[in-house]
Amino acid sequence: MPWPTCDGVLLPPMNTLPSSPASSIDAILTQLNTVILGKSGPIRLALACLLARGHLLVEDLPGVGKTTLAHALARTLGLQFQRIQFTSDLLPADILGVPVFSSERKCFEFHPGPIFSQLVLADEINRATPKSQSALLEAMEEQQVTIEGITRHLPVPFFVIATQNPQEQIGTFPLPESQMDRFLMRLHLGYPDAAAERALLRGQDRRELVETLPTQVDGSALLALQQQVTQIHVSDALLDYLQAIIAHTRQPGIYRMGLSPRAVLALLRAAQAWAMVDHRDHVLPEDIQAVLPPVAGHRLHLRESPGLAPEQVTRRLIEAVPVP
Amino acid sequence: MAPLPRTLENTLPERSHALLWVIAAIGVAMAPHLFNQPLWVVLITALALIWRGGVHLGRLPMPSRWILVLLTVLMTGLVLGRYGTLFGRDAGVALLVLMTGLKLLETRTYRDAMVGVFLGYFVIITNFFYSQEIPVALYMLVAVFATTAALVRLNAGEGVQPARESFGLAGLMLGQAVPVMIILFLLFPRLPGPLWGAPQDSTAGVTGLSDSMSPGAISELLQSDAPAFRVSFVHDPPPPAERYWRGPVFWQFDGSTWRRGRDMGTTAPPLILEPTNLVTHTINLEPHQQRWLLALDVPVSVPPDARMTEDQYLVAGQPVRRLIQYTVDALPDGVLEPELTPERRQQALALPDQAAPRTQAMARKWRDQKDDDDVLIQAVLDHFHQEAFFYTLSPPPMSREPVDQFLFEARAGFCEHYASAFVVLMRAAGIPARVVTGYQGGEYNRLGNYLLVRQSDAHAWAEVWLEGRGWVRVDPTAAVAPERIESGIRTALAGDQAAPDFIRRGPGWGMARLQWALWRDSIDYYWSGWVLAFGPERQEELLERLGLGRLDWRGMVTLMVVLVGTVVLVFTAAFLWRNRPPKADPLAAIYGHFCRRLARVGLIRAPHEPPLDFGRRIARERPDLAEPVLDFIQAYVALRYGPAPDLTQYRQLQGRLRRIKP
Repeated sequence: MPWPTCDGVLLPPMNTLPSSPASSIDAILTQLNTVILGKSGPIRLALACLLARGHLLVEDLPGVGKTTLAHALARTLGLQFQRIQFTSDLLPADILGVPVFSSERKCFEFHPGPIFSQLVLADEINRATPKSQSALLEAMEEQQVTIEGITRHLPVPFFVIATQNPQEQIGTFPLPESQMDRFLMRLHLGYPDAAAERALLRGQDRRELVETLPTQVDGSALLALQQQVTQIHVSDALLDYLQAIIAHTRQPGIYRMGLSPRAVLALLRAAQAWAMVDHRDHVLPEDIQAVLPPVAGHRLHLRESPGLAPEQVTRRLIEAVPVP
Repeated sequence: MAPLPRTLENTLPERSHALLWVIAAIGVAMAPHLFNQPLWVVLITALALIWRGGVHLGRLPMPSRWILVLLTVLMTGLVLGRYGTLFGRDAGVALLVLMTGLKLLETRTYRDAMVGVFLGYFVIITNFFYSQEIPVALYMLVAVFATTAALVRLNAGEGVQPARESFGLAGLMLGQAVPVMIILFLLFPRLPGPLWGAPQDSTAGVTGLSDSMSPGAISELLQSDAPAFRVSFVHDPPPPAERYWRGPVFWQFDGSTWRRGRDMGTTAPPLILEPTNLVTHTINLEPHQQRWLLALDVPVSVPPDARMTEDQYLVAGQPVRRLIQYTVDALPDGVLEPELTPERRQQALALPDQAAPRTQAMARKWRDQKDDDDVLIQAVLDHFHQEAFFYTLSPPPMSREPVDQFLFEARAGFCEHYASAFVVLMRAAGIPARVVTGYQGGEYNRLGNYLLVRQSDAHAWAEVWLEGRGWVRVDPTAAVAPERIESGIRTALAGDQAAPDFIRRGPGWGMARLQWALWRDSIDYYWSGWVLAFGPERQEELLERLGLGRLDWRGMVTLMVVLVGTVVLVFTAAFLWRNRPPKADPLAAIYGHFCRRLARVGLIRAPHEPPLDFGRRIARERPDLAEPVLDFIQAYVALRYGPAPDLTQYRQLQGRLRRIKP
């Protein structure tokens, strides 16, 4: 296993590009849909998020399949998987790792934390202290960890799925808005519908099923897919539409804050990934509209009626901006 | 009840300090009145402005209504006490300035502040009642700019605009107003004379030739460096010795003062001329409160709205209260009044019986010796030249019988002494004579190609009537001080202690300064010629030169409206062009066509509905249209959003559109 030790740098193994991105994507989606039933929409979004090199925040009740989704993604994409259960006594070192003195080699040997993994599930992130939260978020942002003056790169691809339970209030530390901005998307899984639930009840245990999943794409093929996302064509007409949306969010008096340039880039990247998942080599206004709720939902807040559901907020935004 | 929304109409934008801008603008606008008005007018207004500024900053309370009423009554009283009236230029301006200050003291709302801004514009205008010179005009431009910036800021709403933006917008607005200003200036129908009948006191103190001549009258004018008029010639200007500018002619003498005598109100008999040496010249005459129009000796044509007197000088229809411009032809060697009627001959010989007995006696003695008029005149001039006569601004006092005293005792005097004594001598000797006043000389301005004649060039000379030659100019001053005529007053009086500085220092004084003076005067010349003197005549001339012929006021108003309308249209077009919607994509146009075609059958695209979704919806609602519609939409989407669209497929897209027949 290419695991960092004293020198601490991991290089991805070289591999060939997948022959056809469309077929690999289809294979991935088909496999994921067999594990998580009735959730094809969120699954597509989650995959788009990953392909856009963004991180995902899943906000939902326990037991709707967040962990299963993360696990299934890791298996299908051939990613190393680590899960960090966030608790109030979690320390940054528990996430990042610690240098330990090795009596054999007479030096401090770095014991990497669970963050040194290609897919990290940060479970119930809002239960940890802000200090631990920011340790994770900084690592997410910078794709590297600096401990005792030594910078160690995180593996590539690197994908974090954080979950939080919005219902829990006591003893939690809700993520501040500035930290929310680091997640490309925020998704809700929600309860499965009746048919899906019945299939779930009839079927195999999901965890066991996940263990048996074959890898559809390996790490380097995934990197190639991520690279291809940036090549998805963006026309001037589409940029006009995107900028009209941004301009609308920045009008005074509607939102507490308009979309930041980082959010705009995120929106475009997500739309590109969405177009790719949809087998297209160019972005359409439909793609923007599809990714707008998960990308902008946690970034926009109406000045009036702050209690409105995020879906409603983004719905209104879409309806307010005409498509050219 | 819910509170009313705070709107622009009932509140002042507090955070942008727009009111302080208004206060500052009014301060700028009224500052020049420090020179025009009693100090207290400006001081009290400034205090009111400062008070209101203090209120705005929360340092001072707003004055109560009673205090305001009291102040208003008090200020009105002060103005009445100072001027005895509330009307007229000075009292009116004082009242306006004071009330502007008081108005701000009761300014609470946006509307009040707007009134303050407009009062500021009025205060700016009033400055032109006092002076219309270039520096004042420039300062007023700054004041207009400041006031406009305050207006912009006041209307900027709740948001706080950076100061630079307020000034920038004000500058832009004024810049756009410039063409309109020029059109209005050139075409607004002019009335002959000032529009409102310039208040009597508006130009008081401006000097010029008066309508009588007593000893000291002209030397008084010498104290003034101010321009009297400027002349430009079609051809070369005449040599210095020929630069006699004819003004009023005096006949009646009472022993010390010359007066014009009975004005018959008749026009001069037309001269029989051979128009060979006509000198056409254009004069910009500074206001002098009298009616005469100066012209090169002797004028033979009459500008509009003026008449020629029988003494061959020009008189305007009304006193010259503003700078006017006119063009005159002069005939330097014309024959004036070849026949003298007995009545006029008698007037031209009249002398008071008791006046100047010694002079009269001397004249008779000369007459007895010399029969020929020319010889006699030459003898008198030789007398002035050879005896110890002095040309000076400070003759000794001559109280009783000034002519006798001058000729026999003082022997020192200024041009009016010589002219007066000479005419008395001539009349006593039986030669008809009269005094002519006007100006002599003039400084040639190379830069502007014109002659500048100053008040200090005022002069008096004599005319004698000779058989067959009419009135002939004789300048006794030339006999005493030929340099006065040849080189001007500066040379003649250089070193004379009584002369003002600018004369005494002589012609060589400060070349650089002279150069600068030339520049300044040429600018003044064009300013006065083209701006201040832009009256009906100039306007007519300009329109004719533009090939518009003679327009009456209706034509001018029409032209003005058309031109201003054009300017507004041009600016509107420029504005719309700069804010035009992005260039319509041919693809967007064809998609719009597609949408309209479907809208006719009730398939209306929501503005935010993206194309594929729209196509799918149509396919669901009208399965019969699904095939051509989806075909079109897919082609359209590929062209509009796809990579490297092949625009040759545009025609095919049109073909696909034609296939859709809902």
